Amino acid sequence: MKKQKQDNPFNLVAEEIIFIILDLLNRNSLAIKSFSLVCKSFYAVESKHRCSLKPLRQERLPALLSRYPNITHLDLTLCSRVSDASLSLVSHSCASSLRSIDFSRTPLFSTYGLLRLALNCKNIVEIDLSNATELKDSALAAVAEAKNLEKLSLARCKSITDMGVGCVAVGCRKLRFICLKWCFGVGDLGIGLLAVKCKHLCFLDLSYLPITNKCLSSISKLQHLEELILEGCFGIEDDSLAVLKHGCNSLKSLDVSTCQNISHNGLPSLINGALGLRQLTLAHGSPVTSSLADCLRKHSMLQSVKLDGCFVTDDGLKTIGNWCASLRELSLSKCLGVTDEGLSSVVTKHRDLRKLDITCCRKITDASIASITNSCKSLTSLRVESCTLVTREAFVLIGQRCHLLEELDLTDNEVDDKGLKYISRCSELSSLKLGICLNITDEGLIHIGKGCSKLVELDLYRSEEITDSAILAIAQGCPGLEMINMAYCKYITDRSLLSLSKCPQLKTLESRGCSLITSLGLKAVAVGCKELTKLDIKKCHNIDDAGMLPLARFSQNLRQINLSHSSVTDIGLLSLSSISCLQNMTILHLKGLTPAGLAAVLLACGGLKKVKLQATFRWLLPLRLVQYLESRGCMFQWKDKVLQEKLDPKCWKLQLEDLMP
Amino acid sequence: MDLKDKVPRHASFTQHQQKWEDPSILDYSRRIESPFLAFNQTHTSQIKVPVQHGVVNELVQASKVQDWDPSAMLDNLSFLEQKIHQLQDLVHLIIGRKGQVLGRPDELVVQQQQLVTADLTSIIVQLISTAGSLLPSGKHTLSAATPSLEQSGQFGGVVFPSAQGLNDGFQPQNAGGCKVSGLPNSVDISRKNGNEQNHIIEEHELKDEEDVEEGESLIPGTYEILQLEKEEILAPHTHFCTICGKGFKRDANLRMHMRGHGDEYKTPGALAKPNKESGSEPTIIKRYSCPYTGCKRNKDHKKFQPLKTILCVKNHYKRTHCDKSYICSRCNTKKFSVIADLKTHEKHCGKDKWLCSCGTTFSRKDKLFGHIALFQGHTPAIPLEEAKAPAGPSDQGDSNHAANKVGSMNFNFSSNVSSESEVQSSMDIKGNVDDPAGYFSPLSFDTCNFGGFHEFPRPPFDDSESNLAFLLSGSCNYPHTSGED
Repeated sequence: MKKQKQDNPFNLVAEEIIFIILDLLNRNSLAIKSFSLVCKSFYAVESKHRCSLKPLRQERLPALLSRYPNITHLDLTLCSRVSDASLSLVSHSCASSLRSIDFSRTPLFSTYGLLRLALNCKNIVEIDLSNATELKDSALAAVAEAKNLEKLSLARCKSITDMGVGCVAVGCRKLRFICLKWCFGVGDLGIGLLAVKCKHLCFLDLSYLPITNKCLSSISKLQHLEELILEGCFGIEDDSLAVLKHGCNSLKSLDVSTCQNISHNGLPSLINGALGLRQLTLAHGSPVTSSLADCLRKHSMLQSVKLDGCFVTDDGLKTIGNWCASLRELSLSKCLGVTDEGLSSVVTKHRDLRKLDITCCRKITDASIASITNSCKSLTSLRVESCTLVTREAFVLIGQRCHLLEELDLTDNEVDDKGLKYISRCSELSSLKLGICLNITDEGLIHIGKGCSKLVELDLYRSEEITDSAILAIAQGCPGLEMINMAYCKYITDRSLLSLSKCPQLKTLESRGCSLITSLGLKAVAVGCKELTKLDIKKCHNIDDAGMLPLARFSQNLRQINLSHSSVTDIGLLSLSSISCLQNMTILHLKGLTPAGLAAVLLACGGLKKVKLQATFRWLLPLRLVQYLESRGCMFQWKDKVLQEKLDPKCWKLQLEDLMP
Repeated sequence: MDLKDKVPRHASFTQHQQKWEDPSILDYSRRIESPFLAFNQTHTSQIKVPVQHGVVNELVQASKVQDWDPSAMLDNLSFLEQKIHQLQDLVHLIIGRKGQVLGRPDELVVQQQQLVTADLTSIIVQLISTAGSLLPSGKHTLSAATPSLEQSGQFGGVVFPSAQGLNDGFQPQNAGGCKVSGLPNSVDISRKNGNEQNHIIEEHELKDEEDVEEGESLIPGTYEILQLEKEEILAPHTHFCTICGKGFKRDANLRMHMRGHGDEYKTPGALAKPNKESGSEPTIIKRYSCPYTGCKRNKDHKKFQPLKTILCVKNHYKRTHCDKSYICSRCNTKKFSVIADLKTHEKHCGKDKWLCSCGTTFSRKDKLFGHIALFQGHTPAIPLEEAKAPAGPSDQGDSNHAANKVGSMNFNFSSNVSSESEVQSSMDIKGNVDDPAGYFSPLSFDTCNFGGFHEFPRPPFDDSESNLAFLLSGSCNYPHTSGED
């Protein structure tokens, strides 16, 4: 016995040191798993070390909770449902340790369960109840029992009202972070009380609430408020804003997107006091004129400004150029009225820009790209989607001058192989979007594969000249690839999938409409890419049940699958039930699918949360079965879309342009 | 009796009125004293005089005598008796003279008639006042019927026209000069009050003038302080018909009533709101003091805050210093001393749906939130119906739904309910709600009984799934969650 202990060198190492090692391993869940399977002592150490848990099914909770006694963070988002029994189990097992629990996207618990949790877990500081659309005020009254709560997210809890928020305000005095986005039932009174009672609030998301200026006066008295989101609060108007002399002085980030009633008259009263303002979002608001831009002239700490979807004048942009702050991030996505002149005047002054978004600025030409690349050499993110007047030569400039780019979005542009060749000089590039770039071919992508070894995300949606050799080059050059979209690249075959199977990190594979790929290719991906979580093989007619079996066997992390229009039948689908993570399934227009088979599949896949089915099945499945599945936490979407005829990509693009203004 | 005999009386009257206007006089009682004296000085043995004298005398008594005083009553009665005798004499006189006076007989008859009527009227009024002390509503003796000061003003106004009628020929003399100007003023007080009262009785919202006037910052001394006595404040009516003696709360109602007494009251002049032209007089601002010593509204208080109108005085006095005798018939708990308050309350009674954990209910949500913002530890109380009916979000709602449809597990439902009732009970305990059962309505009782607390220690819910699982176990090898607790 004694000898055995000495044999194991890890017995000499203090637990803390192993914990540090495990901390380092934490990024890779597979590594941790392997570690715990080495021996009993490793297993025990790992059990002690783990503090966050994200179970797939609530049925496993009892075992998991007894194995991991030190859980502080419990993420239940993957569970299709969480019953009150599970919650009371959680509240008993992690009574003192639990600090954070996440229920977003998990319905089916009740007030009672929450009350148990709040009463038993005294140290809980964070609760995420987002998307619990049925949650009532009584549940918030239960939450209010968690006296140490600091962070509460209630986004899309549509049924709660001022009363519930009032309970939370009174009960959770230490609250620092609260998100009430889309809680349409909450108004001035609730928010006012929250601001009066919870003095430590530093994050407040009030998006789309029917609030008016009445509650703003109490909000403005919050001493620690740093981030305020008032997106889509239509009740807030200039006239009454004027009453507020100073907004919160501590404010660092303000979002007043879609507040069309706030203009240059009202904005100053919100931000004048906040000289430390760093981030401002005015998206989809009133036109950005020089008078609006003038309000921010003196905010020297300002770093990020988002004006998405606003009408922007040249004068406005020039005034932005004269701010005393040096911006790091500017978003002009979908802004009407952005011209070469205006944009140049901004970028020549803000030379430190790291992120620039000029998506859909349809008036800009090569001149803008030239001045951007000339002034802002340290750009890390550039989005130039759908700037149709920019010619292929301009993209060469991007590659020549901006070497620090990490993210580049060139979707729907004239960029060609020469451009890609220069862009491949950006060795830090991790995300590249080349969707609907009809001028690029394998040649350009081979350059990318050679130059951009850190690529994680590649979008080739409808860039239809691409063939297998391009994918081969990417797969070989970018081992860290996690996401690739090859939808509607019609020349792609199994060989591409074979090469992608060498990317072990691949998580998302979209090969919609690649009709040449078969089950063989899919098998290779399934075997090679263990991390695969999202698979879209819609309209891959050659994929059949033979492709599903390896998926079922190897892709244990698969969470979302789209099999519409493929040749998969009942058998293949049924085999997928062995993937315990599988949550979303889209199975439209499967010729080999029978009602009986479907029923079996649905019953067998216990973790399903969302299933898209043809509406015809609604009447073919027994009603009781559907009800039972719904009670198990599965949501059905019944589609009765008629098959669309195939479109030529070019014609499709033209159609799209017609739709856009 | 000669018509000219009336003249000195008028003089006395005007003198009386002038005194009345004296701003230095703060107290009604004192103020009354002096005209009384003046009156006595100019006293000529007129038939009319005793009437005035009587009224004033009675007033003096009323102001001095606080409680039911049999001797005062006796005085009043003997005074009445005396007055009736006088009137009797007058009528005898008229009958006796009937043959002698030949010139302009019609006019004389009319005048005589009016004279008698006026005297009768005042006798009636006096009688009512005296009798009023015996009415049950007037808790404190004379209160119900003691003519308030305005009433006395009113009397002045009321009697005077009849006197005018008598002295047809002298009218220009009366109308002109400062002597008359006093009268409209004194009448004006009552009119104004009457109007305000009308206004306020119609709109209950305004009845809190007492508070509204709080912010008013009149420099002490720039306004005249008047103090009514308790009995005057509590008098139900302030306007009396000179003919039949019927009392009215509002002047307008009195005028409407007067129409029934003859065509002369139907003229536009008689129906019009009297004394609008009084605005031309530089009026001194009047403020009122509450007779209750120690009250902040009493003029002797250090931080005296005057009341703006007589109506304010009335409401203030009733609300602050009187018993709350009006009980809401719906809730049987709320009591009010002003009937308008009761009516306002009754409009909302039972609709108080905003509940605080301390048990206080509010008819308005903002009031509740104001209350919660103010007090530490108070929290909004969620009505249990809400907590129950749509129940635990979708969980029980849907699963029960499904379960029931599948045709199984009634106990599942009941156990869920019991869990709800635990929530309820714990909330009750926490909230210290006074009468939760009352608030949470019969429903909560029913379900409590239904669910049964006894079931508790047992795991309160079984998964609806596991219930179902055995139902469908043929097709599904779903692991059962054995309701862990």
